[in-house]
Amino acid sequence: MPGTAPRPGGRSGAPWLYLAPALVVLGGLLVYPIYQLGLISFLEYTQAQVSGGEPTTFQGFGNYAELFGDGEFWRVLLATVVFAAACVVSTLAVGCALAVLLTRVRAVPRLALMLAALGAWATPAVTGSTVWLLLFDPDFGPVNRMLGLGDHSWTYGRYSAFLLVLLEVVWCSFPFVMVTVYAGIRAVPAEVLEAAALDGASQWRIWRSVLAPMLRPILVVVTIQSVIWDFKVFTQIYVMTNGGGIAGQNLVLNVYAYQKAFASSQYSLGSAIGVVMLLILLAVTLVYLRLLRRQGEEL
Amino acid sequence: MKLPVRLAVLFTAMAAATACAPQTSGNSSSGKDEKTGTLRVWLFQEVNNKPKEQVVDAVLADFRKAHADTRVTVEYIPVETRAQRIKAAFNDPASAPDVIEYGNTDTAGYVKDGGLEDVTEEFGAWDEAKDADPTARQSVTVDGKVYGAPYFVGVRALYYRTDVFEELDLEVPRSMDELASTAKKVRAARPDLYGIAVGGAYTYGAMPFIWANGGALATGKSGSYASAIDSAAAQKGIKAYTSLFGDDNCPAAKCAGMGGNDTVTAFASGKAAMAIGGDFSHQAVEAGKAKGKYAVVPLPGVKPGSIAPAFAGGNNIGVLKSTSHRTLAVDLMKRLASKETQGELFDAMGFLPTFTDVRRQAAAKEPFVKPFVDTLAAGTEFVPASPAWAQIDSSLVLPTMFQEVVSGKKDVGAAAGDAARKMNEAFGSAG
Repeated sequence: MPGTAPRPGGRSGAPWLYLAPALVVLGGLLVYPIYQLGLISFLEYTQAQVSGGEPTTFQGFGNYAELFGDGEFWRVLLATVVFAAACVVSTLAVGCALAVLLTRVRAVPRLALMLAALGAWATPAVTGSTVWLLLFDPDFGPVNRMLGLGDHSWTYGRYSAFLLVLLEVVWCSFPFVMVTVYAGIRAVPAEVLEAAALDGASQWRIWRSVLAPMLRPILVVVTIQSVIWDFKVFTQIYVMTNGGGIAGQNLVLNVYAYQKAFASSQYSLGSAIGVVMLLILLAVTLVYLRLLRRQGEEL
Repeated sequence: MKLPVRLAVLFTAMAAATACAPQTSGNSSSGKDEKTGTLRVWLFQEVNNKPKEQVVDAVLADFRKAHADTRVTVEYIPVETRAQRIKAAFNDPASAPDVIEYGNTDTAGYVKDGGLEDVTEEFGAWDEAKDADPTARQSVTVDGKVYGAPYFVGVRALYYRTDVFEELDLEVPRSMDELASTAKKVRAARPDLYGIAVGGAYTYGAMPFIWANGGALATGKSGSYASAIDSAAAQKGIKAYTSLFGDDNCPAAKCAGMGGNDTVTAFASGKAAMAIGGDFSHQAVEAGKAKGKYAVVPLPGVKPGSIAPAFAGGNNIGVLKSTSHRTLAVDLMKRLASKETQGELFDAMGFLPTFTDVRRQAAAKEPFVKPFVDTLAAGTEFVPASPAWAQIDSSLVLPTMFQEVVSGKKDVGAAAGDAARKMNEAFGSAG
């Protein structure tokens, strides 16, 4: 309207107005499914309820009580946390090491490494898992033949099966870390690195005292991403251990939720596991962000 | 209105419009019983489906002659995704078929889901039904009510390699102990072969060991089942089956994860001297390296010369509750599962008829099925007619138990105790 000055102080609703379209989309795509997930987790909701054979009943925290009272849930939770932690640490270590390597090699090897990493990144998880399984196949796999292991089965033992899956997870998720950190290192002013080198700092020292602090915001992002990805790992476990391994020894939370929700049609129990996972991931992320704030870093 | 307020209103409106309970379909009988129109049928897509289609087409031609102004469309659905398809049909009656083929272990679960129509009256009045064998009848019955007609029965027996047995001068095992010792002799002489291919996830191959030793899956009747998998007799059976895993027969590292198909594949590809396979495994074995070098006998029981009780698998034909053509659908069900059709289906596909008299004729025609018919005649067992069974089966309670024992994670008593607890939980929540 002509003659109307914008209201001072930004206390108006204008920002909200601009945000509204995005908020509506986010609300529809994020809040509503989470709301449904939460709702179902408080109900008795199995196939019989979905197809109308029995009425849906409100259970309060019944599903959660059942879940927390089940020893298997705690075992799976522990396995998930340890497995995800191992995956995150390995992924970051490999990704960062290769990112540093990328800055030190010449154009041709750099291109080759980049292409190889992008290839791994672009491979669908199901394909990657199947190929890894084939590589480590007890009867036909080239790995056993090369290492002279005979017909050793990698998926039989609990830890060797987890190790195999870990290798695959690292293989398909390190490229993201590598590319992101590589971009970060490129953005670090050359003078800083030169100064450090002139001061006689070793490679490790430069990484620890110069690069890592300057890359902290990037490292935070890739760490949180990795935590979320690896905590939610599904395809690799499902494909490589045939749905959770011998006697369920390789179950992680996401596969466990799938088995409950879809294999045995206990949708409400599966939802409860989903809610627990959501809360854990939210907590991890919030705690991590808080720690950073306290150290005076802004994301 | 201020914007935040407006937004709040917007969200509240959204929530109100979409909130409330998650989706539930009002799946009750449609109440209609139209005598004309289109009937939809879902049957399973078999590996070699053409002969089955011809049998079904002949039935449909007769059906259309008997009922003017009706049309029938048949869809052959893949076996692997049948669970999702049938669940979806229950969820959305509008797109559901009128008549379906379904696995007989799913009966109680589907009834609880409210998907299958009660056809007790029609089944009772059907003159052919009196010849249906008792286990087949049990497989369509829940709480005394009948929910379909048995379509064919599948049963497992012992496949063995005649050439290997001859080469090693071995006798066909006549008892379970002999079975184990024969398997170990084969493995000792021929380390490239499994004596008998067994699988930690092969529930229906393992159950005969439990039944033969006098054990049971569960005791009681519908509504009040209690697991019996940890009884002394059942534990003896579990011990007998799991003792077959090991470097002296079927190495645990490879065999613990195998299911029924894997063991049959191992046998068909010439990697095993024996395997427990079904009459329906015949084609797979014929297509493999073992062709022409094998024979089949009933799986021996504990006493020499006896037959271990087998699991009577198979499929049924049922009518969906949501059908709007009840009378027509029931008639079609009876025609699809009639003696005549089952006889033709046996000729076309080798599926064993569920009527004892038709089955006898089939065995006379085709000597291959004799051991399977003998197995059926010796008495079979079935899974508890409880909706909990579907849950027990899909949450892998029994494979987990066998695998725990095989991999040495738990002893038989502890693994069976845990399995019994999980089964009782399922019985408790699902009845």
